[in-house]
Amino acid sequence: MSDADDILSDLQAAEAAGGAALAGAGDLEALRAAAAEVLGRRSALARLNTRLGPLPPEERRRVGAAVNAARERLDGLAATRRSELEAADRAARLAADRLDLTEAALLGPRAWLRGLPDRGHLHLVTQTRDELEDTFVGMGFTVAEGPEAETDWYNFEALNMPPAHPARSMWDTLYLDLGDPESILLRTHTSPVQIRLLEAGAPPIYAVAPGRVYRKETPDARHLAVFHQIEGLVLDEGISFGDLAGTIETFTQAYFGAGMHARLRPSFFPFTEPSAEFDITCPICAGAGCRTCSHSGWIELGGCGMVDPNVLAAVGVDAERWTGFAFGFGIDRLAMIRVGLGDVRALTENDLRFLHQF
Amino acid sequence: MLAPLSWLRDYAPFDRPVEELAAALSDLGLVVEGVERVGQGLDGVVVARILDIRPHPNADKIRLVDVDAGDGEPLQIACGAWNMQVGDLVPLARIGAVLPGGMEIARRKMRGEWSNGMLCSPEEVGLAAVPGVDGLLILGPGSATAGQPMVDALGGEDVVFDLDVSPNRPDALCMAGVARDLAAALGLPFAWPEGTPAPGPATAAPPADPSVGSAAVVVEAADLCPRFTATVLTGVRVGPSPAWLAQRLTRAGMRPINVVVDVSNYVMLDVGQPNHAYDRDRLGGGGLLVRRARDGERLVTLDGATREVGPDDLLICDGAGTPVGVAGVMGGADSEIADTTATVLLEAAWFDPAAVARTGARLGLASEARHRFERGVDPEVTPRAVERFAQLLEAASGGGVRRGPTLDVRSDADLPAAARVRVRTDRVNLVLGTGLGDADIAALLAPLGFAVEPAGTGVAQVTVPPWRPDTTREIDVIEEVARLHGYRNIARRVPTGARRGGLTAYQRDRRRVRDALAGAGLDEAWTAAFLSAEDLRACGQPDFAAPGGAVAVTNPLDQAEPLLRPSLLPGLLRAVRFNADRQRPDAALFEIGRVFAPPHGGGDGPPVPVEAERLAVVVAGAEAPAAVRVWSVLAGALRLESVQLVAATRAGLHPTRTASLLAPGESAPLGAVGEVDPEVLAAVGVAGRVAWLELDLDRLLRLPRAPAEARPVSRFPASDVDLALVVPEEVPAADVAATLRAATGALLEELALFDVFRGARLGAGRRSLGFRLRLRAPDRTLDDAELAATRSRAIEAVTAAHGAELRS
Repeated sequence: MSDADDILSDLQAAEAAGGAALAGAGDLEALRAAAAEVLGRRSALARLNTRLGPLPPEERRRVGAAVNAARERLDGLAATRRSELEAADRAARLAADRLDLTEAALLGPRAWLRGLPDRGHLHLVTQTRDELEDTFVGMGFTVAEGPEAETDWYNFEALNMPPAHPARSMWDTLYLDLGDPESILLRTHTSPVQIRLLEAGAPPIYAVAPGRVYRKETPDARHLAVFHQIEGLVLDEGISFGDLAGTIETFTQAYFGAGMHARLRPSFFPFTEPSAEFDITCPICAGAGCRTCSHSGWIELGGCGMVDPNVLAAVGVDAERWTGFAFGFGIDRLAMIRVGLGDVRALTENDLRFLHQF
Repeated sequence: MLAPLSWLRDYAPFDRPVEELAAALSDLGLVVEGVERVGQGLDGVVVARILDIRPHPNADKIRLVDVDAGDGEPLQIACGAWNMQVGDLVPLARIGAVLPGGMEIARRKMRGEWSNGMLCSPEEVGLAAVPGVDGLLILGPGSATAGQPMVDALGGEDVVFDLDVSPNRPDALCMAGVARDLAAALGLPFAWPEGTPAPGPATAAPPADPSVGSAAVVVEAADLCPRFTATVLTGVRVGPSPAWLAQRLTRAGMRPINVVVDVSNYVMLDVGQPNHAYDRDRLGGGGLLVRRARDGERLVTLDGATREVGPDDLLICDGAGTPVGVAGVMGGADSEIADTTATVLLEAAWFDPAAVARTGARLGLASEARHRFERGVDPEVTPRAVERFAQLLEAASGGGVRRGPTLDVRSDADLPAAARVRVRTDRVNLVLGTGLGDADIAALLAPLGFAVEPAGTGVAQVTVPPWRPDTTREIDVIEEVARLHGYRNIARRVPTGARRGGLTAYQRDRRRVRDALAGAGLDEAWTAAFLSAEDLRACGQPDFAAPGGAVAVTNPLDQAEPLLRPSLLPGLLRAVRFNADRQRPDAALFEIGRVFAPPHGGGDGPPVPVEAERLAVVVAGAEAPAAVRVWSVLAGALRLESVQLVAATRAGLHPTRTASLLAPGESAPLGAVGEVDPEVLAAVGVAGRVAWLELDLDRLLRLPRAPAEARPVSRFPASDVDLALVVPEEVPAADVAATLRAATGALLEELALFDVFRGARLGAGRRSLGFRLRLRAPDRTLDDAELAATRSRAIEAVTAAHGAELRS
């Protein structure tokens, strides 16, 4: 047996042993140690190289190539084993990290993210009011506000209801113990803001006025004594009843969605002429008829009309040049309809179980 | 108003489907709130007489009733109603009948006893419920006979529209008015009826018989009563009304009383003229005197109450000057029609609407007459009302009525003149957005009784009919055009002028505040506007609770809660308590709302309350620092930097755990932060601590903000320096922090208090404040020497300023 054959035989044994050592490494640490032993400077493979010197050149090339080939194979084996072990290692770490997120959801944010609070909830009326404001802002309206305690003049007289006008009985009024009897009151509607807008600046006016109003009414499931309305006022040159009807229709579609419509029916308000009540497609059944709309397909929402020239005269606006319209409806009532609230009094109880629903 | 279709048909041939008629009425503004179908679907329902009522042997809530259904044989019915007596006439649904509601009647055993049909309530036979009556429909004695089909007992099939008539339409408070509108809308001819609804040949009004004599009426106050039409009718026999009269009144919602009163009411419902029938023989002097009341004068009204009246009130008196009624409001008790009445003096007058409204409101008297007079009755309809009364009384009495000449006292100067209005076609089209021509407008108005005369191209002179007091101006006529043209026929468009919408800065900031608070975990509350003085005292606000301390409501919803809230504290604590009582002791709430203070003295304007928008936060089960944290969130959201917390006391708040929030250069605090006073919590029944923050929102949102300017962020590492400084208790941490900030200058990136320690080792009245100073330079890494120098500067500064010692 030549020296070369002897070396090749040892090489075969060393490769077999090295391969087994690498394949047998149970973790990355063991693999690192095995690789040093099999492929390092003191490995059997390295020692074989030292025995190549005495061989004849031709033999030396042949055996050297065989050693290198074996080394390459072992290198490949070590790399494969490394990726196997790394994958297993990552899998183990991930397994240790595993969380049942449904558990976390059940524990609630307070327990899970210590120091971070639950989301707070804006009141349903605020959310509704904001949505309405945004809708009208998108239609080019500004948002105005006015005082909740008003004089008789703003609440009634300037709105074309002189003292003892029978139409005043449409609003049950709470009076304040200030000044002359029944001269200062809690506004019964947001319409006084119309007067304040007309006083505040020259037309054109495109504004809505949301706010709180008060009536001397016993609260029940459908009525509150203190509630919220939104008022709209448009005054410009050439504004017609057609603009009013179109604006109500546009609002209805912008707020409730396409396919929803408004209809106007003649009615009476002292401060508008002609006056109308407006209905919208029932948002619960989309007009098909349901319990909410008494199977009519329509929900009565509010009142509107062309601003009465007497109202403009009361604040010194030229009613020949400027025409306009006003409208108003209940914010709380709208909220009730939208969320299917059966008893409106829930809005004022401040029960957390209710507030957290919205 | 209840308008039976059969009655409206006296005026025009309304033969469209009921749904179409109802839609037309609603489109006219006579809103149909309900449609009652009388006598429809009542096959198998008959009138039965109750023969016997006895207990059910096996049930407490139902009884056994024997009825006679027309054949004289007792028929046993099990019945759960309790409002009937033996002898009553009631509806019986026989076996096999299907009621309007869909219920099918079968013979069945109820708790072991046979029931051979069902006795019915008003609703079960399609009528409106009778308010206050629970149980069976009981028919008037003599109005029906046992065995008669129920539909006949109800006077045949009919439809009754329940109309909501707005206050501007007094003309539509009668059948003629409703019919006129409806006929105009449907293009049908409108005509006053010739006859009466009485069966048989038509009855005419008895002609004036001079031998009966004229009514003796003197009107002293023509300004308040410019028209008084009267006649005398004799040969009157007072008794129950015939069925046709009683049924019409019943369907229109009025209770039949006797033939004279019923005819009077019928005329009011028919032509809209309130009228009064006096027993002439009970009138002193045999006539009437219309005069103003004297100061302090008293009279007894029909409702039995004694009323005091004065010179603003108009009285109807007898010929001797004794009051017999308040004009246009209510009659007196003394001259009522009695069974013995043989001669009637009939009054059909026109009273000044404003005067009737004033008197009615002051006396608190509501009546059908006042309701119409104060809205405005047709001043020209009085003679028609008198004629109609005579005709109907003749028909209802079966003849024998004689009547005298009609007296008509009128003062034209005091009666409203027919309004004449110039109407421009252009203006109509501008206001409505229509394209109507002169002729279109005339054609829409004419059927309503408006006389339209052309007054040049595009202009018409319109004479308003006297029954339309609401129509006096061009715009009122335009409304009529719109109503008859149909709102749905007006083309919709939107205003085209370019304009800028948006929220004001205040409104945007208020939303930012709400969002920041909700983000911090607070729920928004809406608490009561009205409080009791006791609420305010319990909340430690004796000044507000004192008389004049808060604005009072004169006519409060609840007598116990007459005060407009001057503070949000009582309402929010009530909300905390409400939730604590429901196992939620952790309510964290905020509210933004108006509070009210009595008006400032002086000034020329009306004394309106001072209104402010207030923000308050309440955190149940939390100590003061929770409220401070909420304040920090808010201050951050609004970029407020220089508002200071200064220990303070405030009514209702914890005396040693409260700070005022002070803006630089302002002496009045913006609000307060801290905890609610434990005494207040005990008084309102809230356990544990409650953190509290309140702010005047108007002022808060007006404060100057830190500018939003970009600063470069340093790329160099920071060094943290921790200092534990022992300082006397009375030195606020904020002062120490300010000194540290000043001493470290631009190198200080962040300053945090991370530890507060108190202990015997430090000595009484002293505590250790652990501050962490994060130091960083924008352009270099700080070296040890620089850090040491900065640290020394900080320590020297706080030692000098506050006597602080470095804790070892």
